[in-house]
Amino acid sequence: MNFERIKEKLNILADAAKYDVSCSSSGSKRANKNKGLGDSSGMGICHTYTEDGRCVSLLKILLTNHCIFDCAYCVTRKSNDVKRAAFKVQEVVDLTINFYRRNYIEGLFLSSGIFKNADYTMERLVLVAKKLRLEENFNGYIHLKSIPGASDELMREAGLYADRLSVNIEIPTEQGLKLLAPDKKREDFIKPMLKVKNEIIQYKSEKKLIKSTPIYAPAGQSTQMIIGATGETDAQIMYTSAYFYKEFQMKRVYYSGYIPISHDERLPSIGTDVPMLRENRLYQTDWLLRFYGFSIQELLNKEHPNLETDIDPKLSWALRNLQHFPVDVNHADRRLLARIPGVGMRSVDKIINARRYRKLGWEHLKTIGISMNRAQYFLVCASSQFETKDRTAAQLKSLIMGTSASKWRGAYSSQLNLFESNANVTVS
Amino acid sequence: MGMIDQYIYDGSFEGFLTAVFEVYDRKPTRVKIVSERLVTENFFDEEHTIYTDQAKSDRVWKGIEDKIGKKAGNLIYKAFLSEQSDREQVLLRIIKKGFKGENVTDNFADIDVLRLTNLVKIVGREKHRMDAFIRFRLTKDNVYFAEVEPDFDTLPLNAIHFKNRYADQKWLIYDRCRNYGIFYDLKTVNYVQLEISNDINSSLAAPFYFTHDEMHYQDLWKNYFKSTNIPSRKNMRLHLQHVPKRYWKYLSEKQP
Ligand code: SF4
Repeated sequence: MNFERIKEKLNILADAAKYDVSCSSSGSKRANKNKGLGDSSGMGICHTYTEDGRCVSLLKILLTNHCIFDCAYCVTRKSNDVKRAAFKVQEVVDLTINFYRRNYIEGLFLSSGIFKNADYTMERLVLVAKKLRLEENFNGYIHLKSIPGASDELMREAGLYADRLSVNIEIPTEQGLKLLAPDKKREDFIKPMLKVKNEIIQYKSEKKLIKSTPIYAPAGQSTQMIIGATGETDAQIMYTSAYFYKEFQMKRVYYSGYIPISHDERLPSIGTDVPMLRENRLYQTDWLLRFYGFSIQELLNKEHPNLETDIDPKLSWALRNLQHFPVDVNHADRRLLARIPGVGMRSVDKIINARRYRKLGWEHLKTIGISMNRAQYFLVCASSQFETKDRTAAQLKSLIMGTSASKWRGAYSSQLNLFESNANVTVS
Repeated sequence: MGMIDQYIYDGSFEGFLTAVFEVYDRKPTRVKIVSERLVTENFFDEEHTIYTDQAKSDRVWKGIEDKIGKKAGNLIYKAFLSEQSDREQVLLRIIKKGFKGENVTDNFADIDVLRLTNLVKIVGREKHRMDAFIRFRLTKDNVYFAEVEPDFDTLPLNAIHFKNRYADQKWLIYDRCRNYGIFYDLKTVNYVQLEISNDINSSLAAPFYFTHDEMHYQDLWKNYFKSTNIPSRKNMRLHLQHVPKRYWKYLSEKQP
């Protein structure tokens, strides 16, 4: 192996791949078999973190950054003046295996610029996965980013070797896509997603009848949207997201704050801040929708097309709906407990467990780990002194904001990182 | 204030369980179980040496699993690995409560249960850190070798994870603080104690111990780590929260 040359390629092709934020390696059930290499049946591990605090779990690279398309928001676009490189299939296989054996990574996240055409590119991505599985008996995690427009046959084959498949929609609205990537059509994204969805459904039903049905994309599919490149509202983003969760049974939708990489006038100029706080609010909303029983209409609607930036979406909802509070923690059901600001899903479970043994008061709630600074105004418990004053939403907001250390605190807390490795989300 | 009986044991889990056995057997009024490494002389307490006894230890363990439950046993073992100075006292109280039929796994309003949960949590976190931060280097004897200095005694918990994952390569993970390691020989994982040369981590001596490609892969990994970073999102606070400085020593990507 010519290590100098590999190093050069790795630098170019890792740099070009880093804008895809997904680095999850959870959700697969692929266990080690025949004493081979690797195991992805566990939770997925972050082996290190970049200096920007993102989880590094997979070797995330492009097969090549040559591309025949010219999507304005992408560093790999044809018209961009950057160094180009391409890995050989075997080189990617060797890198993955050698990194994996040293416990650097959980597996591979492979994507590519489009050279020649969609199928030609997709075929090579599939070949890497196939070699890893069949020649190396590799049971680590493989995420293939599918090429829009790839044929059904290739998508079928891809799922036989990959744990997760994704196609990025990138731009949340159709108008935005037309503006920034005029050669790309939404159907081209949709088609492979639909195929994967149908294959997964078919796999699940066949599996029930025939135990030996070959496993298909056990970690499901995901997609990513770029945030803040085209002036869309939070409602537009989240309704699109909700649509993809529902229609394609997505495991995850990722939100990636646009990182200015171009002088193109259609886009935010270079030097514009990456909208990280907004990104975080969107993830919080995503969690509320998936795990807390909120419906999207409750959080975003005609009257509130954008999330508040200074407070999290759950608190924001609570302040608009004070009629539901205070909640009695010793009696309320799961659903209601989950709506108390400052109470996360884990605390909900702890409350339900602990209250079987005694009535809970402030000191119990504190030890359970509830953020009292927010929660105290929204609940009653066994202790007698609680907030009885009738306050307006505005008064409550300023009280809570006055005592919370920083609006960024939530964003950096790591409470939920244990569940999903790469999103720094706290909803409580 | 009467005299306290100090039960001094060897610091092993079996030793601790033996001490618990003696507590039930001898029924002292006030007792403190202390690891011999942490014992401090004092004039008020009476010291008793507890000799680790496998049979007694097994009986207590079986009692815990049968009467308090497998889950509780698991928590007790993990909390013990925390090596915290209050662990023996907390665990003794937990075991007593458990034998009396109290719930010791999810009654979080109980202060000992809470402490148990907390100890399990810190040990679990450290175990996960080791799963993540261990960096193997391929030696010339074809063994993937890693050194660690975990905050708590986590290697017994790490063993299964690594065995499931690296079933087709020999590996050795060595705890430099506690001076023992776990070694997988393609069949089973065994505890080992070794002399490790002082110069094993010097870059000059590296070619002597490690394969030629090893240096190249470390170099590629360091490069990858740099290339995958997005400078405009830089956030060192978050970075350090996830990868505290004390772990850098053995992280290949953090080497100069
Ligand atoms: S097709 Fe993909 S790689 Fe090519 S420019 Fe568009 S987004 Fe970038």
